[in-house]
Amino acid sequence: MKQSIFKVISNEKIAKSVYKMILSGDTSEITSPGQFVNLLVGTCFLRRPVSVCDVNGDALTLVYKVVGTGTKLMSKAAPGEEFDTLTGLGNGYDLTLSGENPLLLGGGVGVPPLYMLAKKLVSQGKKVSVVLGFNTKEEVFYEDEFKALGVGVTVATADGSYGVKGFVTDAMPGDYSYFYTCGPEPMLKAVFRKTSTSGQFSFEERMGCGFGACMGCSCKTVTGYKRICKEGPVLEKEEILWED
Amino acid sequence: MGRLSVDLCGITLDNPVIPASGTFGFGYEFAKIYDINILGTFSFKGTTKEPRFGNPTPRIAECTSGMINAVGLQNPGIDKVISEELPQLKKCFSKPVMANIGGFSVDEYIENVEKISAQEQVGWVELNISCPNVHSGGVNFGTDAKSAAEVVRAVRPVCKKPLIVKLTPNVTDIVSIAKTCEAEGADGISLINTLLGMRIDLKTKKPVIKNIMGGFSGPAIFPVALRMVYQVAKAVAVPVVGMGGVSKAEDVIEMMLAGASAVEIGTANLINPCACRNIINNLPRVMDEYSIEKLSDIQGGVLNG
Repeated sequence: MKQSIFKVISNEKIAKSVYKMILSGDTSEITSPGQFVNLLVGTCFLRRPVSVCDVNGDALTLVYKVVGTGTKLMSKAAPGEEFDTLTGLGNGYDLTLSGENPLLLGGGVGVPPLYMLAKKLVSQGKKVSVVLGFNTKEEVFYEDEFKALGVGVTVATADGSYGVKGFVTDAMPGDYSYFYTCGPEPMLKAVFRKTSTSGQFSFEERMGCGFGACMGCSCKTVTGYKRICKEGPVLEKEEILWED
Repeated sequence: MGRLSVDLCGITLDNPVIPASGTFGFGYEFAKIYDINILGTFSFKGTTKEPRFGNPTPRIAECTSGMINAVGLQNPGIDKVISEELPQLKKCFSKPVMANIGGFSVDEYIENVEKISAQEQVGWVELNISCPNVHSGGVNFGTDAKSAAEVVRAVRPVCKKPLIVKLTPNVTDIVSIAKTCEAEGADGISLINTLLGMRIDLKTKKPVIKNIMGGFSGPAIFPVALRMVYQVAKAVAVPVVGMGGVSKAEDVIEMMLAGASAVEIGTANLINPCACRNIINNLPRVMDEYSIEKLSDIQGGVLNG
């Protein structure tokens, strides 16, 4: 973990309520896709955890959805504005288990961390397939960015206004070596039931500190108690215990 | 004795800054970002006899200048703390540590205190009779003077280290409970634990926290905490450890003027992992600004006013 200042380079709306912010700062602690950063935003008391979408040298890309006070303030940040940021948080995805043709399943704001993951897997010569799920056409983002990586992309919308009608689980290809997923919990549960191989899930939870001190985001797993912010947010399929 | 050093129950602290229990784990997460030996000491995560998962999530809610937590004493249990956490801590912390101990019955408190106070690394036992997040847990002992007296009386003979009793502010008369604890042999009083609070999510129309209520902490509670520290310090002769919303060097000095011998810092660590280091670094400058030569000179400064 590192605490440092990141400066906004650009901040633009890319879909309904969804923004892409590029910041500049010390990204040295960000070691794997699926990790997150924790930003001090305006007068909000708690930091805001945001998954890392991409890192290019000093440039950190965050794609986030406006859901409350903190993200609303973020969406108004102008170039040059600075954020006190904790980087290198969470375990991130383990790429060594991917096999030759991994499948990436993202829903809504669960899509961003899969971008850096796809980029890394492609650079390792893997044949990557991506399924992106959204509620409706206006919310679709990053389809072109994934395509530019040279991966197979399928988009699904729940209302059928774009791509395949239905959820990511309705648009899954049949053949894949392993899977990685991130999205809302109902989607993760559906992915858990529908997938035939092992895989990794990225979870979300309300956090206090984001770095393992407060025990605010603990969950029960097959292998014991884990902190979503520290031993997570990525858990392997075999260790997940669904609460309800 | 340096400018910042203070005495806590006969042990000299290099400075009065003590990360509070539940916000500092067993120290290692913080030892990765700064040398935690610069601290006066720290109070480790509240420990019970059995390992505990704690409450269901969400356990955290944001507030204006503060937060609510309902963690519920998640800890690995006292035997693991002794066999695993303390040896691990020894690698990054060479000072006596404050052991925060919880319990669900008088017998459990006795057993836990006896075990933990026998550990060489432990300098003080902070008896948590004030956790707001555990039903039929510690807080019941802390909200009633008779129960508080019973548990302090029971553990005092088996406690081999100074016994500091941590009080809840969620009572009508905190002074009478503090005086009762002192009368039963407490070597010090620490206060305040969190204030019972609640938030409701307007989108779901439901409480943010699964447990409905939780402990409210952060800068918002500082004036309430300061007032209670003042009232208790005025009423007891034993040292008082002040806490509640402390987030900067100025707050530490206010707490000491109100009668605190040392000061715990909790929630600030969660927002800024370097909060305690920054406070320690800033203290000399702030003392200069207010013409304070030594912290021990101003301790209890307003008590006789």
